[in-house]
Amino acid sequence: MLANLRVIASLGARSVKQTFRRPQLMAPIIVFPTLLLAIQVGGAGRGIELPGFPPVNGFLDFILAGAMIQSTLLAGNSGGIALAVDIEMGFTDRLLAAPISRFAIVLGRLAGTAALGALAAIWFIAIGLLFGARIDQGVPGVVVMIVFVVLSAIAFGGLGAAVALRTGRASVVQGLFPLVFVILFLSSAFFPANLMLEPAATVARYNPLSFIVEGIRDPVISSLSLEAFAKAIGSIALVGAISIGLSALALRRRLRTGG
Amino acid sequence: MAAIVARGLERTFGGGLRAVDGVDLEIAEGEIYAFLGPNGAGKTTIVRMLTTLLRPTGGDARVAGFDVVSEAAAVRGAIGVALQEAALDPLMTGRELVRLQATLHGLGRREGQRKAEALLERVDLASAADRQVGTYSGGMRRRLDLASALVHGPKVLFLDEPTTGLDPVSRRTIWEEVEQLNDEGTTVFLTTQYLEEADQVADRVGIIDFGRIVAEDTPGRLKAQVGHPHLEVKLTYGDVARAEEIVRRFGKPLPSQDGTVLVTLERGAAEIAPVVRALDEAGLAVEALDLVEPTLDDVFLAETGHHLEPEGPSESGELE
Repeated sequence: MLANLRVIASLGARSVKQTFRRPQLMAPIIVFPTLLLAIQVGGAGRGIELPGFPPVNGFLDFILAGAMIQSTLLAGNSGGIALAVDIEMGFTDRLLAAPISRFAIVLGRLAGTAALGALAAIWFIAIGLLFGARIDQGVPGVVVMIVFVVLSAIAFGGLGAAVALRTGRASVVQGLFPLVFVILFLSSAFFPANLMLEPAATVARYNPLSFIVEGIRDPVISSLSLEAFAKAIGSIALVGAISIGLSALALRRRLRTGG
Repeated sequence: MAAIVARGLERTFGGGLRAVDGVDLEIAEGEIYAFLGPNGAGKTTIVRMLTTLLRPTGGDARVAGFDVVSEAAAVRGAIGVALQEAALDPLMTGRELVRLQATLHGLGRREGQRKAEALLERVDLASAADRQVGTYSGGMRRRLDLASALVHGPKVLFLDEPTTGLDPVSRRTIWEEVEQLNDEGTTVFLTTQYLEEADQVADRVGIIDFGRIVAEDTPGRLKAQVGHPHLEVKLTYGDVARAEEIVRRFGKPLPSQDGTVLVTLERGAAEIAPVVRALDEAGLAVEALDLVEPTLDDVFLAETGHHLEPEGPSESGELE
């Protein structure tokens, strides 16, 4: 057990270093969401004046959670790409030839994605505070936000890992990139669901991503409500169970067929 | 106890492609065994089964005393594996890679560090240990791969085409390291497309083609099976037909090529002097002599009907 934890920690550390050493993996996690955040705050800041918009101190307060979840989704996708690259270049065989739990390979990658999620959360909270965002729930709110982002990173990272293990091709995982934006824009990440047109409004209302975003947003714009917390945790658990289950199945298939 | 035993080992891929077709192996502890065969012959598929990376679809195999299917984890703990093309992460440093390998094999942090430093020193990579692997030459990558495969002191070492694509100097360095490891008691199972590698390094050679072992023995015995060495005599001047008549007395003549007379010599080098003397007495001046020993390629040709083609691309990427 302890040995497997050490392996997961080592593989997670490798994953983080790999991301820092390969700019094309780092850019989607920090650079793109930061740029989109700046553009949206600068260009759509008056959206808060729309009737029905949730009461917020500023648009940055509202959209900060969206930037965080965008970063998290892209971190999961980047983790999947990196895993697929490992498969393509045969590095995964090196891990499979070692006396470790097979699923530690996936968990190691997810540990790295979780660490990157934590870094992204801290980054967005820092720039948010720097540019005038106010986190109503203070330090406990910050902790809740970081925990949600880390858990989301694991859940969404599982999807990237599942596709990587199933296909073994980085190009296929990379192909999910546009899908990330479709899922994001069909949620309340960047705009309140109640102000969207149909059918987007209905999709956004039931999109688990909306519940997760609102769980992250809640400590910023209002009180820590149990309902938002429970919905966010439930959604993360649902996505995580599906994605990690799919990863386990894809890994099993890969081990059975040898590729 | 045998280090590797396989009985009727088979692997059939989707579509019914039988990559390995009933392979029997028995490799003793402390032996260097080489699998010689062209791309697509099934060498890598067998290595992948013996290293637990691929499940056999038939037969069974034991490595270091453990079954490769039911005791796969124990097998993985007892073996070191350096796979084809040195599957290394170009973004990691050499030191990071060997330390990671130590962690994968359950070594403690300090022990892992100590082993990593010693191995990097051993393969002459200590000064490059903090460079990213992407900056390494092919030979350095292979040495790093070898070092990482040794970090836990494996009983059996699998090297899948360890020198493919390397220059002769790097190739020799790897051979020396393999021989030294073997002297220290490690059983080595290697695959190769290089005749010279199998001939010089291996105690025994298994020749594999289309998923079957077609011949297996020591390199010397395998070569002896296909015939005797032949002498090539190039004349400075003189009658080739007359020369052929003379050499016929010493062995079976072979068809001459471009004025070079060829004759099989049963006793090899011991018969060179009498041949030269006889030609000299007949007034035929010899410009060059070459005693050609049978090669493993001759063995391969005799057993399979075709030559080894080491430089060609893989015809079956899935298998090799």
